[in-house]
Amino acid sequence: MEKGKENRAQGVLKRISGPVVTAVGLDAHMYDVVKVGNEELMGEVIKIQGENIIIQVYEDTAGIRPGEPVGNTGLSLAVELGPGLLTSIYDGIQRPLEVLVDKMGNFIERGVSAPGLSHEKKWEFVPTVKQGDEVKAGDIIGTVQETNIVHKIMVPPRAKGGKIKKISGGSFTVDETVCVLEDGTEIAMLQRWPVRVPRPTKEKLNPDIPLITGQRILDGLFPIAKGGTAAIPGPFGSGKTVTQQQLAKWSDAEIVVYIGCGERGNEMTEVLTEFPELEDPKTGKPLMERTVLIANTSNMPVAAREASVYTGITIAEYFRDMGYDVSLMADSTSRWAEAMREISSRLEEMPGEEGYPAYLAARLSEFYERAGRVISLNGEGGSVSVIGAVSPPGGDFSEPVTQNTLRIVKVFWALDAKLSQRRHFPAINWLNSYSLYLDALNEWYDKEVSPEWNPLRAWAMGVLQKEAELQEIVQLVGSDALPDEEQVTIEVARMIREIFLQQNAYDAVDTFCPMSKQYDMMKAIKHYADLARTAQTGGATPQQVIGIRSKNELPQIKFIRDYEPELAKIMKDMEAEFDAMRAV
Amino acid sequence: MKEYRTVAQVAGPLVFVEKTEPVGYSELVNIVTADGTVKRGQVLDTSDEIVVVQVFETTAGIGRDSGIRFTGETIKMPVGKDMLGRILSGGGKPIDGGPEIVPEKRLEITGAAINPYARSSPEDFIQTGISTIDGTNTLVRGQKLPIFSASGLPHNDVALQIARQAKVPGSTEEFAVVFAAMGITREEANYFMADFEKTGALERSVVFLNLADDPAVERTITPRLALTTAEYLAFDLGYHVLVILTDMTNYCEALRQIGAAREEVPGRRGYPGYMYTDLASIYERAGIIKGVKGSVTQIPILTMPGDDITHPIPDLTGYITEGQIVVNRELHRKGIYPPINVLPSLSRLMNLGIGEGHTREDHKKVSDQLYAAYAEGNDLRGLVAIVGKDALSERDRMFLEFADLFEDRFVRQGLYEDRSIEETLDLGWELLSTLPEEQLVRIDRELIQKYHPKYRKKAQG
Repeated sequence: MEKGKENRAQGVLKRISGPVVTAVGLDAHMYDVVKVGNEELMGEVIKIQGENIIIQVYEDTAGIRPGEPVGNTGLSLAVELGPGLLTSIYDGIQRPLEVLVDKMGNFIERGVSAPGLSHEKKWEFVPTVKQGDEVKAGDIIGTVQETNIVHKIMVPPRAKGGKIKKISGGSFTVDETVCVLEDGTEIAMLQRWPVRVPRPTKEKLNPDIPLITGQRILDGLFPIAKGGTAAIPGPFGSGKTVTQQQLAKWSDAEIVVYIGCGERGNEMTEVLTEFPELEDPKTGKPLMERTVLIANTSNMPVAAREASVYTGITIAEYFRDMGYDVSLMADSTSRWAEAMREISSRLEEMPGEEGYPAYLAARLSEFYERAGRVISLNGEGGSVSVIGAVSPPGGDFSEPVTQNTLRIVKVFWALDAKLSQRRHFPAINWLNSYSLYLDALNEWYDKEVSPEWNPLRAWAMGVLQKEAELQEIVQLVGSDALPDEEQVTIEVARMIREIFLQQNAYDAVDTFCPMSKQYDMMKAIKHYADLARTAQTGGATPQQVIGIRSKNELPQIKFIRDYEPELAKIMKDMEAEFDAMRAV
Repeated sequence: MKEYRTVAQVAGPLVFVEKTEPVGYSELVNIVTADGTVKRGQVLDTSDEIVVVQVFETTAGIGRDSGIRFTGETIKMPVGKDMLGRILSGGGKPIDGGPEIVPEKRLEITGAAINPYARSSPEDFIQTGISTIDGTNTLVRGQKLPIFSASGLPHNDVALQIARQAKVPGSTEEFAVVFAAMGITREEANYFMADFEKTGALERSVVFLNLADDPAVERTITPRLALTTAEYLAFDLGYHVLVILTDMTNYCEALRQIGAAREEVPGRRGYPGYMYTDLASIYERAGIIKGVKGSVTQIPILTMPGDDITHPIPDLTGYITEGQIVVNRELHRKGIYPPINVLPSLSRLMNLGIGEGHTREDHKKVSDQLYAAYAEGNDLRGLVAIVGKDALSERDRMFLEFADLFEDRFVRQGLYEDRSIEETLDLGWELLSTLPEEQLVRIDRELIQKYHPKYRKKAQG
């Protein structure tokens, strides 16, 4: 502070209107974190208007009066990054909910602060560099076995770096110095990073590897790339949350960050009870060990909901910098947008469309742009894939949040209430959905699955598209009026829908379907279609072809783990049935 | 307590007071009119220049001569053991002629959010005896499952039947019922009260009545009083509480009224932009807490204006609650009670409360199959209207008939018919057995051989 200038790190409250308060007599910068009122509630500066400093408060403001003090910490809203993040469950401003239960009981009271990481717990630090080595910002200097995941300790991205004077392994808390540089810089395992600023990287790469999710309609028809962005918009009850949870459970990312933003409390509990019990299909360890959860439910303070998305993506970026593939689920970005709207309307800002602030589009694109496959400062390759749920009012996709999201994301999984009503799950509409990564991923599928896969997918999409056209005719004249060939097309499309697209998230086997099985299933359906075509050219009627009994066994394949013998048997029976038909 | 006579403006339910000492946000306010009546209100906005007070009663009689007393505390609700069996006004005052409630605690009515980490996963199946709920949209303890209805439909009967029959199989404990009426007519209220009295449910109920002619603004605190009481009964006294809130549409209208009076920027259809958050602060007050006996289960009722499920009230509700039971006009016209349309209905927590150890192992798959078959049959009805029955394939005809059968047998039941879950599931199998076995693609072979009537008969015979 300059000499002779009065201390203005402390001001007083002038006005309180819900989560937005006004202070005067305070020196502040945008996004400074402040302590509001006698109870020192946490808040953030969001507007400066002459003498008036406008603050959004992350806790309930009931009972706070004008005249109470406001103190400026001079810091921006930041998260603590270091060992201890995994398996944690945080609120929107990174307070560990488990610690809050200990501190204030079963209900969220206010005025309690809790650090994001335990500062007492000791971690076993193993250096990977030695004295005399030259390190720069972002470099990995050692590791900690956090869960089954190795947590890599990095030089903070804004540090200068230099030659290592001293580094030693052993048991340390996150605050203790593990490494000293020649210039005297001390490095501890803990880093702080302001949530609204993207962490720097060396280079952004093009996404050309799919994020395999084990969900047939996603991997098979509308894949997302590692480092890509996807949106799942859908009316309530169409299965957004189940889809998000399936992705969190089964996607082949190494780290999962799940943000419950303004959603239901019981749903977060479901995640909390389920994840520790579920096994990662790759490692056999509980899924929770690679997961960070952020739960700011709909009745928790709205300003913290606004912050939760940033808290989540900053944590995701931190793990990306270690060289991990991270997938981030945000459920739901609409609640986040509504939090912005609520704060904006308290600020009496000029509203844009449907009352949302005019900067909605900018905020959304800034957020999604933090996704990507990158080379981090230390040369490791990592990625953050972002999958955002959108909850359009009335299921109307023309509303501002959906529209602005679609302008940014590359994958669109359109949930459809009609499908969910007839219990077609996942209720993703195969006609409206799209993935712009298809071309970039073709090579991977050719190499890793089969060169036949891409044509097979194109064939399936063709059949589904054809079915939609035929259905229009059926609606008018009935299915009997269709030409023989098309009647079989309708049957094949039904098989693609019921066997391939429908997937039971609650069945122990069907919940995760490896790519190889997806390929075998689609191949089996195609095989039937081919046999049917040949039979029809040989004079078989549609009834005969549709009446093939062995194909009715195909859906059972979904529920069998070692399905190959059964599938082979069905295919043999099917061929025999077609042969018999020809013999008659 | 200091009394201010500095009312600057009265507009709708809002009173603007100037030149006060610092007043706390959300504080309770007493307003004394010239004739000595005391009205209650709450601080909506406070600054050192002007304080905005929202009055819960009519502002008739409030003028520049009224005295304003700021109580220095937020609104609290006195709660006590002897509340069961009592009838209170929408503002929480006894109106049954009985004594005042002896308070054992005074609780904040806004209620803090349950820490998601402290919640325990709801998984106790509640048997309501209604097939369309138990079988296909199962309710579990700690859930919030609203009834989406519309004017002229028997949602009150459905709610009462649930309140009457709800039980957890294997447990003898009865639910305590907290009933909050918001803006419903005296007649409707009497209907509820008469049924409570008849079945003896009143003894284990707390009733809050804000009727159609009571002040609209009072409706904004009625559900909060009710839920504060419910939480006390559940988490302090260990009761399993069923909360019925009716009609949430009236609540939202009151919210809009206040928003308009404050000249706020409106969201969709004039409702405030914060309606989602506001509704969440009501609906989220349901659940179970780890290590605490008792639970709060919510059944809010709302009437969809113009039968429109995309209207902001049902829409925002559906995004917060764990599913919805949709009461349907067409079924009602067909004379089917309860006219619950299972297709748009949903229970999100169903999977936690069904299956082996809860209901029966085949529950999930039977339910899925019923849904799928009914949906298919229902779709075909549209087709039949255009092309006639004859143009349908045999397969389609079977599904069409299934849809009729489903409505007539599974959906339809008596007002006092209490079906056990076994009865409901067996009925489901009976209906499914009218379809060819290979069409039951949602059910695995094993379960079919165990429960399909065809095999069961064989096993018995």
